[in-house]
Amino acid sequence: MQKMKVTLLSGRTINQGTGKEHGKTSQEYYESVAICEVDTNDLDALGIKDGANIKVSTEFGSIIVKAKESIRGPHPGIIYMPYGPWINAVANPTTHSTGMPSFKGIHAEIEPATSAERVLPLHELLKQAFGKE
Amino acid sequence: MPIVKNVTCPICGTFCDDIELTVKKNKVVDVKNACAMGEAKFLNYSDPHHRNLNPLIRRNGTLVETSWTEAIKKSAKILAEASYPLLYGWSSTCCEAISAGIELAEEIGGVIDNTSSVCHGPSILSIQDVGISTCTLGQIRHRADLIIYWGSDPYSAHPRHLERYTAFTEGRFQPSEWKRYVSRLRGVIGKKKLERASQLALMEEFSVPPITGNQFPPTLETEKERKLIVIDARRTHSAEFADYFVQVEPNKDYELLQAMRMLVKNEELEVEKVAGVPVGVLEKIVDVMIGCKFGVLFFGVGLTMSSGKLRNIDAALALTRDLNFATKFVIMPMRGHFNVTGANMVSIWQTGYPFSVDFSQGFPFYNPGETSAVDILSRDESDAALVIASDPVANFPRVAAQNLVKNPLIVIDPEKSATALMADVVLPSTFVGIEAEGIAYRMDGVPLPLKRVVKPPKGLLSDEEILRRILREVRKLKRSQRRSNA
Ligand code: SF4
Repeated sequence: MQKMKVTLLSGRTINQGTGKEHGKTSQEYYESVAICEVDTNDLDALGIKDGANIKVSTEFGSIIVKAKESIRGPHPGIIYMPYGPWINAVANPTTHSTGMPSFKGIHAEIEPATSAERVLPLHELLKQAFGKE
Repeated sequence: MPIVKNVTCPICGTFCDDIELTVKKNKVVDVKNACAMGEAKFLNYSDPHHRNLNPLIRRNGTLVETSWTEAIKKSAKILAEASYPLLYGWSSTCCEAISAGIELAEEIGGVIDNTSSVCHGPSILSIQDVGISTCTLGQIRHRADLIIYWGSDPYSAHPRHLERYTAFTEGRFQPSEWKRYVSRLRGVIGKKKLERASQLALMEEFSVPPITGNQFPPTLETEKERKLIVIDARRTHSAEFADYFVQVEPNKDYELLQAMRMLVKNEELEVEKVAGVPVGVLEKIVDVMIGCKFGVLFFGVGLTMSSGKLRNIDAALALTRDLNFATKFVIMPMRGHFNVTGANMVSIWQTGYPFSVDFSQGFPFYNPGETSAVDILSRDESDAALVIASDPVANFPRVAAQNLVKNPLIVIDPEKSATALMADVVLPSTFVGIEAEGIAYRMDGVPLPLKRVVKPPKGLLSDEEILRRILREVRKLKRSQRRSNA
């Protein structure tokens, strides 16, 4: 399967902000956070459609989220994920002795998700990562 | 229907204090003046599906309802028995609760850290090293004629910041820039949508190309009125509002800041581009900075989280200092949560340090990188934790979150957060600023009151009350331990 090397940034979005105020277990939050914004041309190159599942991998882990065509392009080679449990499956925990992990500028790879791979809802994601319900 | 005026909004660091709430039968039914985030909170906070309404305790792997007495006793026992407990969160509660939390940390010899360690912690470290030239937001609102946001997207994270304090506010000595922006918009989006231009501009799914690259507007240097420049690795919605947008290559902010310092000091740059920005353009930006009467640089976590971290802030603070030899310039971190500044303040009053304070040796010890939450957790050193008013399971990198969940975990939260779902004891609290009173500090260090506009659901306690009860119980446990040892 074709892969692409990219730089992963994370941050706040207004939808993530309103989603979290609807409740951390709400559908609004899930839909606003379990996503990855990708440049239009990069999506085409990988053959991923807007709204399809995409796999984001870093040396710290990998996660399946929904690909979203970025309306703020062009930004080839840069992908963007809102703060939340999904990005943290792949975020860089290194703090360089400052207390602050590296949430921005992480080396990552993206590829289309296989048909067996799906976006986990919060409960399943927590169960998979922490073994608790 | 009673309308409650001048309510402060307990969400982001903008900490708006002009919200109007209509309350009907102990329920907020209408919200005026708030942004989408604020409105969503005031209208949805009480949704029982997403709320903790009873104390919970984990039995045989599942969370079940319990009494307050048992939940408090269990929490106190976990904390008193732990050898290196971590008390984390604090930025979304009031100063009174934070104060009680620090007392508790001291009593149990634990580490107390607030969310600034993963947010503007590096900024604080750097301010301690370099110093800061800053002011209140009121000053900026009325006087600033050059506004720069660097690594910060106020439209998304601090939605009313632009409209209340900076570019789009009508100040006493500086008019709003909104009209100029809307007229530019009209030029771009064509006649058809002309009337809707100003509404469109505020919609999330609306995007116009920002002014960037070689299109540096010549008028920017001569323009007398308020100007807005946005510098970011990514083209944000805020970037589209700007008079000029500078796109910096990811992780290269430090180079760009230092290059600007050289230009401020009249030195030559012998390269064509710095961090992807042509030197010719950079020279013009620096001219605008030197030429302004009152400039302000707001910086966000785009600077503190990318490569260089606190060193980026060193450079930004130093740039501001350098600019003050030519004009007046101030700088301010865009603090995230509504009371993260208060968390630092209270921590400083009571311990001498703003965050990451370790009491395990019997006195306050501060060494971020060692005593900060993510580091302690990544090294797997703590053996129990209390989390309040934050969601580290969702927001910490995976290894840190895993080590947090592995050990006994107490959560004080009105909401069912990812962290609350993973907890061993859940203590449901009231929403401060809606159901409970308190004090919080706005991002510029101005303290404002949090109001109580509705009665909380029966049986819920405030953050402060819960912490005081745990503290009393811990002291009781310790006394009986001492007695049995004697
Ligand atoms: S900008 Fe921040 S403080 Fe103001 S209403 Fe919106 S969320 Fe609340």
